[in-house]
Amino acid sequence: MPAHPASAPSVVAAPRAGIRLPWVGAGLGRGTVVLYLSIVVLLPLAALTAQAFEGGLGTFWTQITSPQAVRSLELTVIASLIVVAINAVFGTIIAWILVRDKFPGQSIANAVIDLPFALPTIVASLILIELYGTHSPFGIDIALTRTAVVVALLFVTLPFVVRAVQPLLIEMDREMEEAAASLGAGGFTIFRRIIFPNLLPGLAAGIALAFARALGEYGSVLLFAGGLPDTQVSSVFIRQQIESGNEVGAAAVSVVLLAAALLMLGVITWVQRWGNRHEAA
Amino acid sequence: MKPRSRWGLRALGLGYLTLLLLAPLVMIFYKTFEGGLAPPIDAITSPDGLHALKLSLLMVAIAVPLNTIFGIGCALLLVRHKWSGNGAIDAIINLPFAISPVVIGLSLFLLYGAKGWFGPALAEAGIEVLFSVPGMVLASVFVSLPFVVRETVPVLREIGTEQEQAASTLGANAWQTFWRITLPAIRWGVAYGVVLTTARVLGEFGAVSIVSGQISGETETLPLFVEKQFANFNTAGAFGASVLLAVLALTTLLAMNVLKRKEDA
Repeated sequence: MPAHPASAPSVVAAPRAGIRLPWVGAGLGRGTVVLYLSIVVLLPLAALTAQAFEGGLGTFWTQITSPQAVRSLELTVIASLIVVAINAVFGTIIAWILVRDKFPGQSIANAVIDLPFALPTIVASLILIELYGTHSPFGIDIALTRTAVVVALLFVTLPFVVRAVQPLLIEMDREMEEAAASLGAGGFTIFRRIIFPNLLPGLAAGIALAFARALGEYGSVLLFAGGLPDTQVSSVFIRQQIESGNEVGAAAVSVVLLAAALLMLGVITWVQRWGNRHEAA
Repeated sequence: MKPRSRWGLRALGLGYLTLLLLAPLVMIFYKTFEGGLAPPIDAITSPDGLHALKLSLLMVAIAVPLNTIFGIGCALLLVRHKWSGNGAIDAIINLPFAISPVVIGLSLFLLYGAKGWFGPALAEAGIEVLFSVPGMVLASVFVSLPFVVRETVPVLREIGTEQEQAASTLGANAWQTFWRITLPAIRWGVAYGVVLTTARVLGEFGAVSIVSGQISGETETLPLFVEKQFANFNTAGAFGASVLLAVLALTTLLAMNVLKRKEDA
């Protein structure tokens, strides 16, 4: 629900008012932040990029187009696309039943959604082997297959979609739906014409975050899907290149993943701006 | 909605949730205590297990305060000080969300390695970064960088500046205003960020595994210990350490829920 303009938080009011950094001047604070970010984030990434292009563009190209590298990149992208599509559907359904439905255990279901954020990825991988490996209590053995890659990624990316869609569902005005229903629209029409368009900005941002996470995921895939030529996602491929001493190859494929990550962050920023514009309109 | 489709959606959503999230959660506790209490306890109290636990706690003790102080300061800068570089800072802070942990590990590995930009000079000064604690701290700080900033910025925006202005009108200096007004107002947001940071540092595997070299009893954190035990076919050991991490994860979930409620209140 759009807040009354007068009740909106005074973000823009008086840019010079309020406390600023209390112990240092803004300039010094800014310097510290930039220095911290440089040491922690920028310098390592610069070293990575330099290593990737050390032998020139030609070497870089040879490394990322080697059959194994291409195979791992293909698997990573295709698996991530499948995962994002499945979780977009189920994430929306789960968000829906958490917001619009009432059933016993709902608050537990709501809390459990964040489990993949909290549980270490290597632990997730270990449990997935037990659940869906040779000792599976359900009789489903998919360990060390490409399906395992997909299942591991489904696990780690589920919260992104649910948590992106949920707040939009909570805020959504039900009057529109009621109006549509009173005009004779069926459940599916209401969803397609009214609910879905309203959820779209959140859903898109959630999908982009989930996709970025899936592209780079390592721990949860490692034990469950393994590093066979057929099941090797890019992050596992990079690890194997480091271990076999091919640092240039590892760095080259890393730069591809880095570029993909930057692209996804760009998409997220764009989607959020687009969503905000819609909300304001 | 028709009751039939309501039940259909409920079954679909909850079924998916059960297979993907609840079953693993139940499984880990069942699997760990299947053979009694002794095997998991033995695993954690083995010298390597204890060392891994200590090292994990050390990572938390260093990385979490660093990123908390940085996070609050950075959030204040982003919200209260208009600057042309803010957009860039904001974008850089989001990077760890999207970059693969393996890429982060490799970047540090290359920067501080024998042939890296910093490696030789540091080696000459007798400072080991790779395959020892400093490198692991750097990896932990990198992966957990965004959480406090991301949780603090919206709260800081929301509280506005009126109370702070009132305090300074009444003669409080900036330091007093920060401790008495600003920090209490943003505390639940910051706490939420700290919880997420802690969980991420405790659970980090990929980045730390590359820079640490995974030397048992020396540079092994709990997640690395889990993998090593699994690779050595000591499943009981792997589950013992995993259950400890899972309990910490559940504590995290609980803390997230409590804090979200306080924040919304």
